[in-house]
Amino acid sequence: MRKLALSDEILLSVEKPARYIGGEINMAVKNPEDVDIRFCMCFPDVYEIGMSHLGIQIIYDMLNLRNDIYCERVYSPWTDLDKILRRENIPLFALESQQPVKDFDFLGITLQYEMCYTNILQILDLSKITLNAADRTENEPFVIGGGPCAYNPEPIADFFDMFYIGEGETVYYELMDKYKEWKASGQDRTSFLKIAAKLPGIYVPQFYQPAYNKDGTLAEFRPLVPEAPAKIVKQVECSLSETYYPEKPLVPYIKVTQDRVVLEIQRGCIRGCRFCQAGMLYRPIRPRSLSFLKQRARKMLKSTGHEEITLSSLSSSDYKELKELVYWLIDEFKGQGINISLPSLRIDAFALDVMSKVQDVHKSSLTFAPEAGTQRLRNVINKGLTEDDILNGAMEAFQGGWNRVKLYFMLGLPGETYNDIEGIAILSDKIARQYYTIPKEERNGKVNIVTSTSIFVPKPFTPFQWAKMDTREEAGKKRDFLLSRVREQLNAKSIKYNCHDADVSELEGVFARGDRRLCSVIRQAYESGCIYDAWTEYFDPAKWDKAFKDNGLGTEFYLRRERAEDELFPWDFIDIGVTKQFLLNEYHNSQKEITTPNCRKACQGCGAAKFQCGVCVEGRQGSPQRTGD
Amino acid sequence: MKARIKFSKTGSMRFIGHLDVMRYFQKAMRRAGINVSYSKGFSPHQLMSFTSPLGTGLSSSAEYLDITLEETDAPQVMADRINAVMNDEIRVEGFTYIKDTAKPSMAALAACDYLIALKPGKDNKLSDREFTRQQIRSFLLQDKIEILKKTKKSEKTVDIKPGIYYMAESLEEFSGITGRNYTKDISFCTVMGHTPVLFLRLMSGSATNIKPLLVIEKFCRHAGIIYNEFDYQVHRLEMYAGENGELIPMMEYETI
Repeated sequence: MRKLALSDEILLSVEKPARYIGGEINMAVKNPEDVDIRFCMCFPDVYEIGMSHLGIQIIYDMLNLRNDIYCERVYSPWTDLDKILRRENIPLFALESQQPVKDFDFLGITLQYEMCYTNILQILDLSKITLNAADRTENEPFVIGGGPCAYNPEPIADFFDMFYIGEGETVYYELMDKYKEWKASGQDRTSFLKIAAKLPGIYVPQFYQPAYNKDGTLAEFRPLVPEAPAKIVKQVECSLSETYYPEKPLVPYIKVTQDRVVLEIQRGCIRGCRFCQAGMLYRPIRPRSLSFLKQRARKMLKSTGHEEITLSSLSSSDYKELKELVYWLIDEFKGQGINISLPSLRIDAFALDVMSKVQDVHKSSLTFAPEAGTQRLRNVINKGLTEDDILNGAMEAFQGGWNRVKLYFMLGLPGETYNDIEGIAILSDKIARQYYTIPKEERNGKVNIVTSTSIFVPKPFTPFQWAKMDTREEAGKKRDFLLSRVREQLNAKSIKYNCHDADVSELEGVFARGDRRLCSVIRQAYESGCIYDAWTEYFDPAKWDKAFKDNGLGTEFYLRRERAEDELFPWDFIDIGVTKQFLLNEYHNSQKEITTPNCRKACQGCGAAKFQCGVCVEGRQGSPQRTGD
Repeated sequence: MKARIKFSKTGSMRFIGHLDVMRYFQKAMRRAGINVSYSKGFSPHQLMSFTSPLGTGLSSSAEYLDITLEETDAPQVMADRINAVMNDEIRVEGFTYIKDTAKPSMAALAACDYLIALKPGKDNKLSDREFTRQQIRSFLLQDKIEILKKTKKSEKTVDIKPGIYYMAESLEEFSGITGRNYTKDISFCTVMGHTPVLFLRLMSGSATNIKPLLVIEKFCRHAGIIYNEFDYQVHRLEMYAGENGELIPMMEYETI
């Protein structure tokens, strides 16, 4: 019988005790005594969200393939258990062995969104790990961060011993080997950090020193030890069909956000939307082979018993063999009661055919993400979706029986005017008008349009990294304006308008492009009680305002400046392949409303070709798509 | 073909709620490659029904579910196939085919047997068998055993005495009354350091369902013991179908 870290009494007094008991199907079972390295993987949010994350499943599987490593998991305790752990002085534990996280060799934290930063401190604090890395003692775990937010790690640099800049498949084994050597050598903590700093993609923040100009901008960012390189190059997994991908993913007992088999069909994106960080970070696009995907789909469905499979990628329509893959999935699994859930596809004849096969037309909806309300602004952001694409796609769908449409837009994009915002209302209305051109007897009741806006947050390593961001007041004004315009439309009754919370977006904006001085703000906010900031019911803007004030920092500096073209950014020491010059050219193109073709149409020389893989070598090096150039 | 599965739920699986156990079995059937019949319609689901939800925190050696199958094999083969893809704390304990005309076990349920054990370190006077024996006697001598039943809308007093069929302080005593041997079922108590203090047979089913914790709470008050729900481990020992006033263990009811 498994021994649990929490008593029955505690488990029966918290919401969803299954979050804390582990023991899920396909969980790695090892004796901690029998391994050399204990690695605890953490997603700093609640279990149901953390368990839905593919990246952790990949690394968990990969590390546990080795007999000398036991990789376990921990997620943020919900606020009810948080109180109990503090009151009863119970150290945070990993789900597998139910043993304290503090006794591990590594604590790996995935950084998926900025609003989880206080939850990182919660994890460290509840684990009884010293919050600031520089103050940690010899026997504490090494805390390592990775994931999209690691591409500007500075706002949380103080809390991490190291960050890994790149894709997990490539460097972790080497890091583990170095760790074993170091552990056997009996040297001190700092020597291991120096060894790690020499590995590709590893950034050890305490070996770097920022200096600031009088205006608060970064003057200099330099390594303090010879082991620390001036530039950290992102690490890329080049052969995605010959690498780690779980055959037996974990199956949770409680319903989690992603309660299905996830098949990552490709990594990266060719589109080059100027607001999109993932589109730049994961260049070049690298598809997985059809045979690899078919083999994994079969194995994963068999080993999990999931009743649903979904495809994951940034833009599935760009996967060349998508048709073949999707029809194969339908033929192979539909008869076994397995649902095929489609990612956002470009709505065309193929998408509609597939949707009609796998979804109930009367219940499902069409999704479009025009992101901006006018063609002019869509050119600014390089979103290659035209009004005709949307109206024609919608019309075809309406004729096929659909009557629900979801539309996603952003407010506050660089160069946005009130005309563009009104365009959101007009476009929503045009889709409704399109619906009503169908003769009444052929229609499927009323049309139902849900228009949602989120607030644009400029991110590092995008062409908009120089842009300023709206204040919450501006965002609020724009939202009210849009609402009033939606109400003026002919089909106002068919359009429902949803808007994202502006307070949270502002903070996200600060952290996204923040510097190391924010560490003390985050620490104070945490110490004054902030956790689960991504959850509206727990987000407390007053505590944050005070934390900024007490630390002599304002949000304006991070949000309200259009940055100078030659400004040194806190994340400039990271080399993602895509060059700063390319991003700047793209920023200029956006200002001139010039669009840029996608990677497959015409290479723009962004810099990602240095990794020598994916689309950058497609049609060259004798690949099957060779056209003879 | 319809089949009935008896399963146990112990250890950390006590904290998995009823709906999640249903999902667990749906996935387990697919992992085992068992061809379960699906409902018709656009979102088909497995034809599977559970006899009676077990409250979170309770353990059991006799939970039941009925399924409809497209393909069959020998009962033991089926049980082994399912067990091969399950965890150690939810196990198939029995598998039998039932008549196509069989009433859903949920509708047939009439009574359940329970063990109440004190958790380690939670000892109280109930572990004194003689004391408990006397308290049971006087408890059951009352004309009525009334409890306050709270619903969202109202509160009402209910007499649960007719729903308490048997009550005993020891396994031997309970076996004597019921003719059932639960030695194996309660062996977990020795392993976990639990002290068995009460054995109950209670009326169950959709019409009247007597919850064991309610009985203990009432009994504690009667015996002058301060009641704390976390002190007790409730373990379900068996479920019975009712037929012409007779109780038949679910695994033997309408089987073929």
